Amino acid sequence: MTATTMDGALETESATATRPAPARIPTSRIIAVELRKSFDTRSGFWMLASVGILAVLATAATILFAPDDAITYNSFGAAIGIPMAIVLPMIAILSVTSEWSQRTGLTSFTLVPHRGRVIRAKLAVALAVGVVSMLLAFGIGALGNLLGAAIVGVDPVWDIALGDFAGLIFFQIINMLIGFMLGVLFRNSAGAIVGYFVYSFVLGTITEVLSATQDWFERVQPWVDFNYAQGMLTEASSMTGENWAQLGVTGLFWLVVPLAIGLWAVFRSEVK
Amino acid sequence: MITVESLTKKYGAFTAVDDVSFAARPGRVTGFLGPNGAGKSTTMRIVVGLTPATSGHAEVSGRRYADLPNPGLEVGVLLDASAQHAGRTGREILTIAAQTMGLPRGRVDEMLERVSLTPSEAGRRVRNYSLGMRQRLGIATALLGEPEVLILDEPANGLDPAGIRWMRDLLRTYADQGATVLLSSHLLHEIEVIADDLVVIGQGRIVAQGTKAELLAAAGTLVRTRDVPTLARALVVADLEFSHLTDAIRVDADPDVVGRVALNAGVALTELRAADGAGLEEMFLELTADTQRDQNREGVAA
Repeated sequence: MTATTMDGALETESATATRPAPARIPTSRIIAVELRKSFDTRSGFWMLASVGILAVLATAATILFAPDDAITYNSFGAAIGIPMAIVLPMIAILSVTSEWSQRTGLTSFTLVPHRGRVIRAKLAVALAVGVVSMLLAFGIGALGNLLGAAIVGVDPVWDIALGDFAGLIFFQIINMLIGFMLGVLFRNSAGAIVGYFVYSFVLGTITEVLSATQDWFERVQPWVDFNYAQGMLTEASSMTGENWAQLGVTGLFWLVVPLAIGLWAVFRSEVK
Repeated sequence: MITVESLTKKYGAFTAVDDVSFAARPGRVTGFLGPNGAGKSTTMRIVVGLTPATSGHAEVSGRRYADLPNPGLEVGVLLDASAQHAGRTGREILTIAAQTMGLPRGRVDEMLERVSLTPSEAGRRVRNYSLGMRQRLGIATALLGEPEVLILDEPANGLDPAGIRWMRDLLRTYADQGATVLLSSHLLHEIEVIADDLVVIGQGRIVAQGTKAELLAAAGTLVRTRDVPTLARALVVADLEFSHLTDAIRVDADPDVVGRVALNAGVALTELRAADGAGLEEMFLELTADTQRDQNREGVAA
């Protein structure tokens, strides 16, 4: 036993001497890998492709069904915004939860043994995908607006202010962040997706009913209802300082705090 | 080199890994042996940082796993061959790993060839892979960065006999080149063939460790007779420790001592020999017995 121990010690020395420690994996590479991972499965590919497809469908539907006086850029923007609010958060959710649901985390987190670096790379990819998708969607909407106006025979109406563009993109980015937050919180695809629909649509409906029937709630709503505060971003150019404060306060409670709890859990949880 | 020191993992009141310490040395294959649920996988997951330890610590090549700058180039890990995105192709999974490690694309093809996955198999999605193919893909991922340490959890699972032979040769060659190989198994015979050192774990605790030669040498004598009761009585009188195996008795004494006891008692023997490994097997069966349903084994007879 002693003999083998000594042999072992000697061999370790020579082995480490011949092999220099490799360089740390650069963050840019982790981001590139995460970007690749969001395209390289059928579901991932179609999820991203659906951004373009749904934007085209929403644009076509607006041309077909909107009354002539509603052929404005704002109508196209609103029509495209609805599928985006569903698809983009799904992309963010799945980028996180697939590591657990598909158990790829076993490989991902052993090749990069810092979960924070992997999660940050995922966030960067999700945000980039979100911004690019929105720009693409706006582009498709603009083409639709030109086409629609030509078909109806009116001058195209460009009624989205420049500041509102940024607001709409920010609106969708927040949706993605909500998806991302639910992803790290649940670490389960089905759970996080259901969670998103409850969060965005069920809760939204409940608070709407509450504010319509309860005076006290209507008064506090902007300070407690994140959906409501977020909705103000669709007309960002008319937001007051108080509105931004309301967005910040509600966002802190509905997004930042649960995200922090989720990240804490991600760093401590077992990857099985 | 893998060093594990006083590792403990508790889940509430349940202790999955209980004060486990061992070292896997370079140039040797270390077999991590234990029945299902003994704590092998948990220990391995703690070593690579996927499961936080309650106390104790583990090092790979002299560093905490999390401190390795590019772990794929230093440690090849295969914990569960099925833990892959079912919608990715085998080639894509290797490509992602190679890209993460910063390796050239050519390595992917080299590795596919090394684990005998054909280009058409590599182009299939993993959901259509057999367990054996997944195991080969997992081994390819582990070997991709030419690491000097390998950590493999039940790598022979799902492989056919030729595959098991192939893997045994591959790991042997790897260790002979100076690498540290730690592999787990719940099958004694599988690990006996390949391992140089053994670490035996049961219910979270290490019950035996050492070189294979040491563990086998401590096995005593195996003796067979048609008259078991008389021999058993004689052994009790001679104050020798012994235990019943399925069709034989194992005695903690040299063959000549046992032979003399049998002669004095007038018992005819059908076999008398050094027990090579029978002790290990017995110990292993005792460990396994607690987790198995058909426990009809007796302890040391009185």
